[in-house]
Amino acid sequence: MKINLPELCLVVLVGTSGSGKSTFGKKHFFSTQVISSDYCRGLVSDDENSLEATSDAFEVLHFIAGKRLQAGKLTVIDATNVQAHARKSLIELARKHHVLAACIVLDLPASISQERNKHREDRNFGPHVIRNQQSQLRQSLRFLKDEGFRYVYVLKTQEDVDAVEIGYQPLWNNRKFDHGPFDIIGDVHGCFDELQELLEKLGYSIKTKQNTADSTTHKKYEVVPPDGRRALFLGDLVDRGPKSPDVLKLVMSMVESGAALCVPGNHDIKLMRKLRGRDVKITHGLKETLEQLEHESEEFKRSIDVFMDKLIGHYVLDDGKLVVAHAGMKEEFQGRSSGRIRDFALYGETTGETDEYGLPVRYNWAGEYRGKAMVVYGHTPVPEAEWTNKTICIDTGCVFGGKLTALKYPEKELFSVPAKKVYYEPAKPFLPVAGETDSSAPEQVSEKRSSYDLLDINDVSGKRIINTELLKKITIKEEYSAAALEVMSRFAVDPRWIVYLPPTMSPTETTREPNLLEHPLEAFEYYKKNGIQTVMCQEKHMGSRAVVIVCQNENAAKTAFGIENEGQGICYTRTGRRFFNDLELERKFIAHIAARLEHADFWKEFDTDFVVLDCELMPWSAKAQELLRDQYAAVGASADAALNMVLPVVSMGAKRHPELLELEEKFAMRKVCSDKFRQAYAKYCWNVESMDDLRLAPFHILATSKNVHTDKSHQWHMDAISKFVKDDKILMATNYKNVDLTDETSVRDAIDWWFKLTESGGEGMVVKPENFVARAANSLLQPAVKCRGKEYLRIIYGPEYTLDENLKRLKARGVGAKRSLALREFALGVEALNLFVKKEPLYRVHECVFGVLALESEPVDPRL
Amino acid sequence: MSIYPGVPGGKLQLLLTISTTHNPATDLGFLLYKNPSAVHTFDMSFGKLYVFYPEATEEKCTVAILLDVDPVGLIRNRKTQSFDGPQLDQYVNDRPYVSSSFMSVALNTAFRTAFSGKSKERQELADKAIDFEVSIPCIACRGGEKILRDLFEPLGYEVTTENIELDPNFANWGRSRYYSLNLKSKCKLSQLLAHLYVLIPVLDDNKHYWVGEDEIEKLLRVGKDWLSKHPHKDLITKRYLRHRKRLANIASEALAKLNEEEAQDPDVVEEKHLAEEAVLEEKISLNQARINKVVDVLKELHVTNVIDLGCGEGKLLKVFWELKELRKIVGMDVSHRSLDNAEERLHLEYAPEAKKDRIKLIHGSLTYKDNRLSGFDAATCIEVVEHLDASRLTAFERVIFEYAKPKHVILTTPNVEYNVKFEGMPAGKLRHKDHRFEWTRNEFQEWCHQVANRNGYSVRFEPIGEVDETVGPPTQMGIFSK
Repeated sequence: MKINLPELCLVVLVGTSGSGKSTFGKKHFFSTQVISSDYCRGLVSDDENSLEATSDAFEVLHFIAGKRLQAGKLTVIDATNVQAHARKSLIELARKHHVLAACIVLDLPASISQERNKHREDRNFGPHVIRNQQSQLRQSLRFLKDEGFRYVYVLKTQEDVDAVEIGYQPLWNNRKFDHGPFDIIGDVHGCFDELQELLEKLGYSIKTKQNTADSTTHKKYEVVPPDGRRALFLGDLVDRGPKSPDVLKLVMSMVESGAALCVPGNHDIKLMRKLRGRDVKITHGLKETLEQLEHESEEFKRSIDVFMDKLIGHYVLDDGKLVVAHAGMKEEFQGRSSGRIRDFALYGETTGETDEYGLPVRYNWAGEYRGKAMVVYGHTPVPEAEWTNKTICIDTGCVFGGKLTALKYPEKELFSVPAKKVYYEPAKPFLPVAGETDSSAPEQVSEKRSSYDLLDINDVSGKRIINTELLKKITIKEEYSAAALEVMSRFAVDPRWIVYLPPTMSPTETTREPNLLEHPLEAFEYYKKNGIQTVMCQEKHMGSRAVVIVCQNENAAKTAFGIENEGQGICYTRTGRRFFNDLELERKFIAHIAARLEHADFWKEFDTDFVVLDCELMPWSAKAQELLRDQYAAVGASADAALNMVLPVVSMGAKRHPELLELEEKFAMRKVCSDKFRQAYAKYCWNVESMDDLRLAPFHILATSKNVHTDKSHQWHMDAISKFVKDDKILMATNYKNVDLTDETSVRDAIDWWFKLTESGGEGMVVKPENFVARAANSLLQPAVKCRGKEYLRIIYGPEYTLDENLKRLKARGVGAKRSLALREFALGVEALNLFVKKEPLYRVHECVFGVLALESEPVDPRL
Repeated sequence: MSIYPGVPGGKLQLLLTISTTHNPATDLGFLLYKNPSAVHTFDMSFGKLYVFYPEATEEKCTVAILLDVDPVGLIRNRKTQSFDGPQLDQYVNDRPYVSSSFMSVALNTAFRTAFSGKSKERQELADKAIDFEVSIPCIACRGGEKILRDLFEPLGYEVTTENIELDPNFANWGRSRYYSLNLKSKCKLSQLLAHLYVLIPVLDDNKHYWVGEDEIEKLLRVGKDWLSKHPHKDLITKRYLRHRKRLANIASEALAKLNEEEAQDPDVVEEKHLAEEAVLEEKISLNQARINKVVDVLKELHVTNVIDLGCGEGKLLKVFWELKELRKIVGMDVSHRSLDNAEERLHLEYAPEAKKDRIKLIHGSLTYKDNRLSGFDAATCIEVVEHLDASRLTAFERVIFEYAKPKHVILTTPNVEYNVKFEGMPAGKLRHKDHRFEWTRNEFQEWCHQVANRNGYSVRFEPIGEVDETVGPPTQMGIFSK
């Protein structure tokens, strides 16, 4: 006997004790697929036959089965299930998870069960037990279908049982094998002319059969799609518009010839019900359709019924990467089937509440969507198709005077044709009317607001594991996420701006050179031993790291970042905090950069309307004022004051006690250190009275509209940047030097350069591999290694770090933890940029930058 | 927090000198049990201690206590004794090593016997008040010159002090929190030592120094003759013992590190500013008025479960918890540290089960939507919105009014118009440094009306605190209802 089961279902085995259910289960299913009540009894009581444990055992059984079904795993229940109430709870479980229930009954003669139980020592119950079970089973048989089992198989003899073969059939909605490409078309509503125009624009050739047998039927059109493509209709073909029958004929022809797929819309289904003579209200444009159909043949009308009847509520396509349905599909419903799911596909879902007009409030499933599949849907007219969390509604209200829109998949490009006229007046204004307040157009507003991405706490909290293209499985510990949540919530700018946070940077390994902690040689060695031949040394500016986003204009800020009325850009720190408290200063600053970009023809050259720049902003005191005052200056002041008094006292003491001479010398040395310390930080401070006192040195062009520029060389970045920073009072270029690591002169040159930079008060330099992303064998290399100057390090390691006794001990430092951290942060930052440019949902971008911030809480020696 | 741990630079106490002009001045050596003709050295865990006499004549004798603190050794040595594990030590701040307590420890180490007031050779002199002069070149003082004087003058000292400039190269950076200090007094040496021992760390007010139970005993012992009579004894005791602070958990430590770049120690800043706001508003006991009003409104609305958004350290929760009609109370805050403090403040750990079941603290944010915030009769949002950037108010609105959707939202915020009534508050300044804005009554009401309209709520307003005819109440309250 062949038993056919859906690929995903809940299989309920029914049979008396000893009827061979467990044997059957073992033979036909994986052991992990079968959950047996006896086993669950054992789990909770150590006794597989304990009747007392029954209730707990079934709780466990339901729990496990529920988890499996939730995960989309076929599940088999091995319990007697001879009583209706036992089966009922299982049917409910299947329904809850939107899977079909199947039932396989082992209705063997009682004698077989009795005989088997006799041979089992643990089954010492009397024959009446089996008799009772048998009679309950028999009574149940004819009700199984009504109870809700879609598939019922009854096996009457041992021969039947032995001959069973189980086959699986995919669900109707499973078209994962179908990879497209598709042209997905939103609600047509009888707008035939626009549909024809749109299809032709997309490259479909449409021939109309005149005066043949087919010309009055659903075979009226012959459509040839462009190379390998197919149309995919999202339903609501009919109602309201002028030519519903023609739309039907066109779409039906296309579906029949394989040129199109189609899912049903609520209007289509309503029309079908009407054609079948059901009592439906002739509202919402059905009247127009019925009038238009009056002139059509009965045969055509029948074919509509047949066509509609076959339509599948939603499709899962292209290996699960694409889901289409008329009204959308939330993640947990995708690829499942139940009445409720079909309803969701047709009508969407409401929250159970009503708005002030008494209309049901739509459940904003798209705003909460976190699934991996792209969902394309229609149903609710929107002025513009916009992405929200990998979902897009492409019903752009053609029939209401909007436009008819198609989405090319996988290209994700939108095409549309404007409506030739307003065919039908919407109940509520559909297109935004100037000056209209929110409350008078609730539906439109709620749609608009749902397209504004609001993050969920679950997008960031708890332990997280993030896979990036550069690095797999980056773990963010729970406590660090918690710390980042506070920083993000209290101090960070609007998360839609934060498309990148810069990684921390490791210093060189401690140098072998005496009297120094860091030296370029170690940085060069690191890259050389990892197979890098050319590195670029860049002067390290001593200011604050800044991410600067500049848009061509405010409108670009809206389209690219979704941000309105917040100017044409922003400048934020490495923790996502706004750089300037003075918003007017920020506005001027951004406008200045925008003007420079414009002047250099940047927008055109990069075919973009925004740019994300990685920069250093000077002076250091512009942002770190409080840090400087409370820490650096405070250290300087107290050291100075103390030493000024200590020295004379020690000198006096030394006159009386020669053994104090050494101490006198030491404190004199400390005074020198303390003075140098004050000089060291003073170099990086100046007063900022206006924008002209600021200096910005961009060193990476991170992203523009269509590209993340991490695939380029640093030379490319330097060249591209020099074009717009040249001869500017605020923007400045970064000095750099390319070094051939195999050439000793070149290396010597670079080292000399470093000494010159640092001796004249520079912080030091950053050594970067030739290309932005560098690998050795399979591992990612440090994107940059910093090499700081001797004097600068005083403000890191303290005024007296250069004293022999101190330096000796400080040299025992390890950069391993810092480097690991730098790589993880780098990978997350680049991932965020990539996701952003690919227009992935905000929550995915945010997860990465949030990860960078969280990782910053990892305890690493902050002096590195 | 020091940017280079282990260099307790800013607070480094290098030197203290004690002079006397009692004749013969060299008797000081007998009192201190330290021979003026020798250099005395002690090895301390944090460096080396030198005691020597830069001058020792019949007319004047000065003893110098010089600490040669080993800045690098501090952090390296501690590694082995730390109970937090080595990781934390990589960036521990300078607080555990503050100089002021070093100096106290140094005094105690060097002059143990002198502390007791005993002198083998000169007991008479030890029991007698003689002239002393103490010099400290640099001392950190929280509270400024006034505190210096308040602490020492009642004990009979003549105080000379000077505030040290932060950096002569940057005059506009202002003054530092450091002072040079010179004290003159006629007293017993043991008294002098006791005063210095207790008051030096009190000046610095370092609250991150771990102080165990035995410190209380020590304070009582050293201060027994004078502390109870000191007009500022409460301040002294509080500062001396408040040092006791729960070891912050890893996350909050890490957070402090993060914020370092933004140049503020959130803990200190927060406390400072909270204090400022509290002082401002204290005279009108606004906080109590707010709490009372919120409770009245909850009762009036027959609320049985409530969520306090931005509960901070749980002041309001504590009051809610005593109201039997509130069956379910949730406090949410974005700061883990605040929640820890709230837990402690509420004594949650020791509450009876039935009472404990009614309350819950959760870590969350007002700008991320969150299922845990749904299903409440009322949400209170007391003095919270003004801590959000104006550009984040839309997110806040959606999280609370569109998603959490409590039946009622009770929201309070300062009325900026009232600020003119606060004495000594400069025009244009906000009540708290972290306030991103403060609204006029019009601005607040307009915003509330918009929020209510957009989300299907009605809203009414109530004043909190005494209402001034022209500028209105100090705090304004909006009560939203669905």
